[in-house]
Amino acid sequence: MRNAEAASVMSPLLLRASTAVSCIGRGRAETQRALAERRSGLKPCDFQSIELMTCIGEVAGLDSVRAPPALARFDCRNSRLAELALAQDGLLESVREAAGRYGPLRVGVFIGTSTSGILETEQAYRYRDPRSGALPPDLDYAGTHNSFATVEYLRRRLALAGPAAAVSGACASSAKVFASAHRLIAAGLIDAALVGGVDSLCRTTLYGFNSLQLCSRTPCRPFDRLRDGISIGEAAALALLERVPDSLDADEVLLLGVGESSDAYHMSAPQPEGRGARRAMEGALAAAGLAPEAIDYINLHGTATLSNDRAESQAVTSLFGPTTPCSSTKGATGHTLGAAGALEALICALALEEQLIPGGVHTQEVDATLTAHYLKENRRAPLGKVLSNSFGFGGMNCSLVLGRAG
Amino acid sequence: MRLAAHVSGIGLLGPGLEGWPQARAILVGESAYEPRPTVLPAPSLLPPAERRRSGRVVKLVLAIAEEATTSAGVEAQQLPSVFASSGADGYNCHELCESLAATVPEVSPTRFTNSVHNAPAGYWSIATRAERESTVLGAFDASFGAGLLEALAQVALERTPLLLLAYDTEYPEPLRSKRPIPDAFGVALVLTPERSASSLAHIEVALTAAAFEPFTESGTLEQLRGAIPAARSLPLLAALAQRAARAVRIEYLAPQNLEVRISPCH
Repeated sequence: MRNAEAASVMSPLLLRASTAVSCIGRGRAETQRALAERRSGLKPCDFQSIELMTCIGEVAGLDSVRAPPALARFDCRNSRLAELALAQDGLLESVREAAGRYGPLRVGVFIGTSTSGILETEQAYRYRDPRSGALPPDLDYAGTHNSFATVEYLRRRLALAGPAAAVSGACASSAKVFASAHRLIAAGLIDAALVGGVDSLCRTTLYGFNSLQLCSRTPCRPFDRLRDGISIGEAAALALLERVPDSLDADEVLLLGVGESSDAYHMSAPQPEGRGARRAMEGALAAAGLAPEAIDYINLHGTATLSNDRAESQAVTSLFGPTTPCSSTKGATGHTLGAAGALEALICALALEEQLIPGGVHTQEVDATLTAHYLKENRRAPLGKVLSNSFGFGGMNCSLVLGRAG
Repeated sequence: MRLAAHVSGIGLLGPGLEGWPQARAILVGESAYEPRPTVLPAPSLLPPAERRRSGRVVKLVLAIAEEATTSAGVEAQQLPSVFASSGADGYNCHELCESLAATVPEVSPTRFTNSVHNAPAGYWSIATRAERESTVLGAFDASFGAGLLEALAQVALERTPLLLLAYDTEYPEPLRSKRPIPDAFGVALVLTPERSASSLAHIEVALTAAAFEPFTESGTLEQLRGAIPAARSLPLLAALAQRAARAVRIEYLAPQNLEVRISPCH
């Protein structure tokens, strides 16, 4: 939790429970199987009536997910994603158990999102009153569109009453929630936190990234010589964070460090040499009390845009040298935007548990000008500590270090 | 750990509130509060092209951030920041939704870039070369409290000065009917771990189950407090203005509120 200049080490936190739902699977087992089998969930865009020559990572079956009737006002694609994630890997039960142990006031909720349930408002704008221009009466702004909507849904669904916030720092959002939760736990305001990222497909991001000419027509190819943009995905990734108890199994996963920085360079382009990215990684290493050599794998932000991958590769190589194994899992999941940080933290946790580095899929020929050691194939390797990068518009950078307990 | 810091600089803009010196006079009762539309200055920190294009939320944030850092006498570049707001740029959001509802949607790249909640944080960091970490968060009507907790935890843990900004701007119709924020309001606080020559007060914050206090000094200001999430800060601002040692209870996130103990520095 330090910028690069500060030296002191943060107290690690335990990922007591964690799960994710994305286009490659529901829950840890399906996600891990897809990564092990190198399957991608990307497909040509057929979301709603959108006609764009791009690929998407859509979570199937959301139409049949429903909130409990008492929370019907929160019903939207984003809360359904969250609800679906709660149902995986006993996450709901784990959080309730924590609330029982600590009391509901002592469990916080910090969720990253970029667009929350704005899809509801986008649709409502197509059904405005022809005379007054008013939006349909059934649009519930606070329950769906507002960035806090999914956080409030989770608080009510889980009967939590602690401090809470939606973190909305573009594509770094759900990496940064780990920092927020750490701060409030370390300050003694809470004992546990439900953290994560929930971001769902919507017109704003699909048309928006297309307008910036940042979307590939093909499934995205991070670090490829011919990479030409992102594929947008959606995901909910959730984790229950607590202080590290006295006794731990060796294969439990800990959050060891968080590093954050701002590029202070450009609203929608990374600093070309990845200086801000490097400072975030340095900060995460410093917070974890680790040297670069201690990192066994880096899950890259790796969006597959020309500029991101170039800047990130420079940042990684300048700090770690050219041998630390790296990959981007966005070829499998798509870029899940505000959920990417938490989804990729979960993927890192799976890598640590399985001792398996997920190689990037869809990448055919690694760009020879990118010097980071990019893996196209899965690799079994002893993994003790790994790092995950998330960078966003506005120059938001956040890196996480995760490690095995033993 | 005590959640405490010194308030060492304030920036403020809102309906009838035009900078901290003018607002302070109102909050201590030296001058009358006259509600009128919030005046947002052109952001001198931005290059001319961006200045013309910048939306209300960016204007608001840059103005209060500049006032707070200038009065604190600190280098903006050195400060990590916490940006707390219930929403993003309301007009930009409306325009985007209108374009997306068209038969053939056409989205402006600039509109899309400016739609992210951290756009004001991005413009501020670029304008001031602030490379430290910046957190952008919201908690609907509890956004000020959420920002205050995040900011104080960071100051206390890392012993770093920090810039906290809480701000909201209005949506145009038809979204305004769904989220009736009447006007722009923003407050910026430079929070420092140590007392400095510019420190106004020491504050210490704790969660409480006790009810929050309405703003009793003025009915019109109480209306403002209730109408704009960032204006939930008004009881704290009044106590800072009055330089009185006291505690105020700020509306936060049910079932908890924030008790702020204020000890003036002079």
